[in-house]
Amino acid sequence: MSLLSTSADGPRPRSSSGISARAYLDWAATAPLRPEVGAAMAAQMARPPGNPTGAHAEARGARRVLDDARDLVASLTGVSPGEVVFTSGGTEADGLAIHGAFDAQVAQGGPSGAVVCSAIEHHAVLEACRSLASRSGAELRLVGVTPEGVVDLEALAAACTVDVAVVSVMAVNNEVGVIQPIDRVAATVRNRAPRAVLHTDAVQAAPWLDLAPLAEQCDLVTLSAHKMGGPVGAGVLLVRDGIRIQARLDGGGQERGRRSGTPNVVGAVGMAAALEATVRDRTHTTARVMELRHRLEAGLAAGVPGIAVSGGGALRVPGICHLRIPGVESEALVVVLDQMGVASSAGASCSSGATEPSHVLEAMGLGRTEARTGLRLSLGVTTSDEDVDRALAVVPGAVAQLRD
Amino acid sequence: MSTVPWQSFLALSRNCETDEVRVLVAMSGGVDSSVAAALCVEAWGTEDVVGATLKLWGGASDSGCCSVADVDDARRVADQLGIVHHVFNFADDFERHVVEPYVAGHAEGRTPNPCIECNRHLKFDRLLERARALGFDAVATGHHARCERDDDGSWRLRRGADTKKDQSYVLAMLGQEQLAQTLLPLGGMIKDDVRAEAARLGLRTAAKPDSQDVCFIRSDTGRAGFLGDRITLHPGRMVDADTGADLGPVEAVELVTIGQRRGMGHSTDGRRRFVTAVDLPSRRVTVGPPEAAYAPGLTLSTIAWVAGPPPVGPTGAFPALAQCSAHGPALPAVVQVGDEHLDVTFATPQRRVAPGQTVALYDPDHPDDVVGSGVVT
Repeated sequence: MSLLSTSADGPRPRSSSGISARAYLDWAATAPLRPEVGAAMAAQMARPPGNPTGAHAEARGARRVLDDARDLVASLTGVSPGEVVFTSGGTEADGLAIHGAFDAQVAQGGPSGAVVCSAIEHHAVLEACRSLASRSGAELRLVGVTPEGVVDLEALAAACTVDVAVVSVMAVNNEVGVIQPIDRVAATVRNRAPRAVLHTDAVQAAPWLDLAPLAEQCDLVTLSAHKMGGPVGAGVLLVRDGIRIQARLDGGGQERGRRSGTPNVVGAVGMAAALEATVRDRTHTTARVMELRHRLEAGLAAGVPGIAVSGGGALRVPGICHLRIPGVESEALVVVLDQMGVASSAGASCSSGATEPSHVLEAMGLGRTEARTGLRLSLGVTTSDEDVDRALAVVPGAVAQLRD
Repeated sequence: MSTVPWQSFLALSRNCETDEVRVLVAMSGGVDSSVAAALCVEAWGTEDVVGATLKLWGGASDSGCCSVADVDDARRVADQLGIVHHVFNFADDFERHVVEPYVAGHAEGRTPNPCIECNRHLKFDRLLERARALGFDAVATGHHARCERDDDGSWRLRRGADTKKDQSYVLAMLGQEQLAQTLLPLGGMIKDDVRAEAARLGLRTAAKPDSQDVCFIRSDTGRAGFLGDRITLHPGRMVDADTGADLGPVEAVELVTIGQRRGMGHSTDGRRRFVTAVDLPSRRVTVGPPEAAYAPGLTLSTIAWVAGPPPVGPTGAFPALAQCSAHGPALPAVVQVGDEHLDVTFATPQRRVAPGQTVALYDPDHPDDVVGSGVVT
């Protein structure tokens, strides 16, 4: 096969009618590329070549575009341009934050006895902390959450001793959408473990919340472009002034020695453009999507006996609706909904594509069987009334089919 | 219209409305299930055929059904065939129904067959249930066996046409309910034709080697390494069946199987020694000369019938051909039907079979037809 072919021998085109008949409700996994972001990236791809580190006109052009993108991200998050490190995405930024901050602590003679994170972190943080603990000998302290999915601040305080090197608590959970009290997390960390570096994974927060307060309260902040209408493969780690991290890639020392490798200028443009569009629309989008989700949850509560909204009593971002449907395995439900034209998610997937029992739901106190009954419907900028209508039309029937 | 002989599997197995069937194909990522999927697509088209790969084992392994590489192969074959493909995570059920009993069995001196338990509990129970819930009429697999419908509407399970690859033994626990929802498209094919068909279709699995061993056991550390991580392996003593004399140490009694000769050495007259009994509590392995490794019969529990027990004679027994391993001979025997067990008496004494192993029973009048199965007590 060839991706270059435009003839009928190429990849089979998907029928447009098939697409329009579907409701895409998996925005938290990845959001559609915003047209204006695609246009900005296409324009950059059409410009002359240029490695930003070169010494000629083309290189200077690329450098200017890269730094324009950096300036834009900085101004939209309330930091200075030197604090913006472009990465290949959220996972790289999380790993760079956890490992990089820990290694810098060790190099500076800072605390290195323990690393702390919440039990509901994304695997990019959780596994980084685990591998850090196993390679360094530092103790990993997982902080539990309430049944509503909010980090347990008392447990956090207990975990934050003076020997803690790094603390990582996500701003918004990716499965249930619960907003974490980062201001109180920060106060606890600063009070109890004053030399610890505080990181927050704000990947799911970025489409919905003002990032400036997060950047103000934390030392390190992770962002990802594709959750807000940018390209996959572009992310940012905000590294606040005075916070040192050690690079994980050896090379040319780009990004001020924090991330080697030829900068992905197109990706940086996509990242900055997506953040700009997100911030521009945020107030309007938040109100509109909040209303759609209310209608979705109310309709499902009426149509599906026994259904429960996860984190229903906590603050949640508008775009994530996480449901538990007793007696229905979500792995099967997602397949039935797919057949009926609704794209949804059963929670975390492993690399093979299989559904894994949710560590988030287990941390919220659910048993292993219950942790297999979670269904996530996630919404975004262009989610329509029709998408919600379709979900309301098919979910009750799909549940009934599986309960039969 | 294809004239290849195996196309008749449709006519044989589904003399009902074949055009309204929705089929879920269990795709392991191997060549057999790839071709099974291709044949289903040929029969029913891409809309009504969906592929599914089971994630069964999350631990380390280097063969079998559930590595990411195998899932990739299954997914890419499905892409090539133009069908939807899903991955189902049944790892918890696999652990509970296959791995745990396998480990517990060895700790109690039994040698269960994990492939049979996987078929019994995963492929033909959990997957069938999932398929029904998703609105499928049947599950197809790449097993070399035949599932055919009789004139009276009942289902028969028969040996595959390729006698060397026949897998009816590992399916011998299936009953009417499961067979009615099962399609075995490869039953009429020989393996060479399966590979030829895969090659003709350009499937990426065409030349993939057959999987050999238990999928959750790594070849480098083997059964000993797997069990040693999970249970305590105890050293024991080898004793002579006749004299009771101590013949030396045994490294781990849990790893010794009745009938085994490897590692048991030779007797003073130079003849090989065979294990005739393993007693775990006393950690004693009894060995004897070749003739001591033979027994007149055995007893089966966990009985399964393809179509209920066959008619018995005045003594409550029926004649059968008993097969004691995946590719062993089918031995003439008489089967006495008890309450919850079967007593199998061979026409001539046969090598002892370890407790936990499965014996499949075939019909002497139709030697390809499975009658039922049981597990050696």
